[in-house]
Amino acid sequence: MKHIDLSKKVVEMIGVTKKFGDLTANDAIGLTVHQGEIHALLGENGAGKSTLMNVLYGIYTPTKGQIRINGSPVEISSPSVAISQGIGMVHQHFMLVKPFTVTENIILGKETAGCFGKINMNQAAKDVSKISEKYGLQVDPLAKVQDITVGMEQRVEILKALYRGAQTLILDEPTAVLTPQEIKDLTRIIKNLTAEGKSIILITHKLKEIKESADYCTIIRRGKHIGTVQVDQVDEQQLASMMVGRTVNFKVDKQNGAKGGPVLEISGLHVKDNRGLPALKGLDLCVRAGEIIGVAGVDGNGQSELIEAVTGLRPIESGSVSIQGKQINNLTPRQIHGRRVSTIPEDRQLRGMISEFSIAENMILENYYKPPFSKKGFSQTAPIKENAQTLIQRFDVRPDDPDYRAGALSGGNQQKMIIARQIANNPDLLIAAQPTRGLDVGAIEYVHKALMAQRNEGKAVLLISLELDEIINLSDTIAIIYEGRIIGLLQNGDADEKKIGLMMAGHVN
Amino acid sequence: MSIKAKLTNWSNSAKRYLDNTFVFTLIAIFIGLITGAIILAFAGFNPFESYWAMAVGIFSKPKYIIYTIIKATPIIITGYSVAFAFRTGLFNIGAEGQFIVGGIVAALAGYFLHLPPVIHAMVAFALAVGAAAAWGAAAGYLKARFGVHEVISTIMLNWIALYLSNYLVMSPAVKRAESEATHKILATARIDLFGVWKVSEQGMAWRMENRFFHDLLKPDINIGIIVAILLGVMIFLILKKTTLGYELRAVGFNKDAAENGGINVNRSFMSSMAIAGGLAGAAGALQVLGVSLECVNLSNMEGYGFDGIAVALIGGNTPAGCFLSGLLFGALKYGGGKLQSMMGAPREIISIVIGTILFFTAMPKLIRYFTSRINQKREEK
Repeated sequence: MKHIDLSKKVVEMIGVTKKFGDLTANDAIGLTVHQGEIHALLGENGAGKSTLMNVLYGIYTPTKGQIRINGSPVEISSPSVAISQGIGMVHQHFMLVKPFTVTENIILGKETAGCFGKINMNQAAKDVSKISEKYGLQVDPLAKVQDITVGMEQRVEILKALYRGAQTLILDEPTAVLTPQEIKDLTRIIKNLTAEGKSIILITHKLKEIKESADYCTIIRRGKHIGTVQVDQVDEQQLASMMVGRTVNFKVDKQNGAKGGPVLEISGLHVKDNRGLPALKGLDLCVRAGEIIGVAGVDGNGQSELIEAVTGLRPIESGSVSIQGKQINNLTPRQIHGRRVSTIPEDRQLRGMISEFSIAENMILENYYKPPFSKKGFSQTAPIKENAQTLIQRFDVRPDDPDYRAGALSGGNQQKMIIARQIANNPDLLIAAQPTRGLDVGAIEYVHKALMAQRNEGKAVLLISLELDEIINLSDTIAIIYEGRIIGLLQNGDADEKKIGLMMAGHVN
Repeated sequence: MSIKAKLTNWSNSAKRYLDNTFVFTLIAIFIGLITGAIILAFAGFNPFESYWAMAVGIFSKPKYIIYTIIKATPIIITGYSVAFAFRTGLFNIGAEGQFIVGGIVAALAGYFLHLPPVIHAMVAFALAVGAAAAWGAAAGYLKARFGVHEVISTIMLNWIALYLSNYLVMSPAVKRAESEATHKILATARIDLFGVWKVSEQGMAWRMENRFFHDLLKPDINIGIIVAILLGVMIFLILKKTTLGYELRAVGFNKDAAENGGINVNRSFMSSMAIAGGLAGAAGALQVLGVSLECVNLSNMEGYGFDGIAVALIGGNTPAGCFLSGLLFGALKYGGGKLQSMMGAPREIISIVIGTILFFTAMPKLIRYFTSRINQKREEK
């Protein structure tokens, strides 16, 4: 905390309220950030973190309240005003022009042009190098963005903000897409920045990161300011309780169940990606009844293609996928579903649910054509509703109204709805892809328990996740995927984060 | 309750009211009429008199109302066609071509087949619907098999339908001598009411004695509007109450999730386009069997299918909405003619009115913006 200058308040948000119609997204929230401070903003999904930051960045205008920058009140009516006030934001989804070089992306919109509008690219590249050296942000100024890693893309986004003169940087869920090593780099960069007098606002729901890097933490729950704490005086458990409003149990009870025979067997699987390039190059994997196999890897190493190939959404070039000893290569999704395979899809809103449908309609997505839901081609309203009511109760979906529009549910409840449907199908194999992506602590706890319960009931569970903690917490065996192959299997006992992290980067000892 | 509380209560219910799509559409129609009035005034016509003349021309006699309904029937059904496709995630620009296909098949079946009355009409109708359904399904197949976007394929199929129909109309076996049209369909295939009788000697004599009915029988009264109502009910049932409807809507809202849930997305595209095509074909068949009784050599498309796009948009893509907006369209088009004959005002003004209505229907956000501004000002006061 040595860099914090408590006399300089770079950002003050005082009593900021933002209403959307009758909904109060932010209710009189206060936030003070000093120079050189790392300030975490913690809250569940939908708590109002992003709204608050969008107010600060000028995307929304507050209904009430005041914002002061370096002590003087300002009205931030648009992002360009925010930028001129020294506020920069790195969004969760990067906003870079892929075919442009790093330098071109950084100077985009702030180009200094010579005569006839010619951009002096050499000078710009030098400027970029200078800033990147100053803060330890390694980038290749001349590389095209489409060729660089996700971690480097993020550094480019940070440089972009710095190039525009940002004093305060807002980072929205910055670690969601990074490997453990890249997260370490990012933490180091953030510390360098504060050492140079910059301030950081970190939007996150990962408690570990807050403990590791932040100085102060402001907790928001349901739009209300719960409190601001000095991070070194609280532990993760306390932060979690403040965020959720009750005590949270992190550990999942793992019983030592007996493993059964193989349910899913994959051997020599070759699959192409959307561009027609090989994505899986001879992947082998076996999941047995009563165990959870966790597939760990950096995003883009074939995880999506693996799920799609097994669920019948992507053609298999060669190799074989079998369920209970019978090959299911290139069957349709419905046929594979008939072999008692259920999937919690990677992107719930894209693949897992139909937002415009009601909960009841979503609950029958795989079974709508079967009795009792359909008779002689007509949908049967009463059984459909009854089915939804039962599942809503069993899986605690809120609100408990079968006619409620699925898209209006919170992320956690959407996921509960999908899990309810998939588990109700009573599968032999449950594929859970990114099952807790974007969920808050309370919902994560719920999902983990549900997956563990499936395992304990003797089902085979294939877990594919980018959250290393989740993999380590749940899996019996961890399979590391790298460039379309499983390059190693680790028993849960001898798997530590460092070892997995190295393997995820392709290092096999 | 205090006056203030009453006022806020009223303002709240007004707000809820304004959130309603139906109300938005009414506002859009109102703005459209006002725009037309302004243009009429600029052109030197008294807008009040002009609109009055239109209203008189549409509502003053039962006969006029019948004409309006006859004008509205085909575009109500092409509106269904576009709306149905849209609800299932497809943009059917091909209602025009499917309408033409339905029309020519009905005309051919109405002349060349020899069947008893009623049955003949039903067979001709069924053949026309089937052919147009296949025409629509072709676009669905192209999308499913080769990924051709349905907007492109249906536009091209429109032209193919037009020239194919013209070719058939002008071929020696089909063409009526000394005309550029097919033979009139046989009486057994006709679906107009009293169509043959009313021009017979006996009928004419009866009409002379009953002046009121004489007038009423002038338009080509036919059962088209009843079919339109039945089709509307059918679409509602398909979409809301059947397993097929569930499938089609699921694909329309989110085809990735539908695919993941085991629905055959490609087959759904084809079913949906076939139904949409069949609907537009039904419109074409009804027009031939009930009104025109023939197909003519067309120099250009008649626009029934394209009007259907506008009808569907204004009707909010629901069957009931299409029915009402189709009637509105029919009335405006028929009344537009009156504007010209009675006021001497150009009938194109009506196209401007329709265009403005469409413009504002497509921009509920803009209207919402205006109404929220008004609400805000009221609150500030």
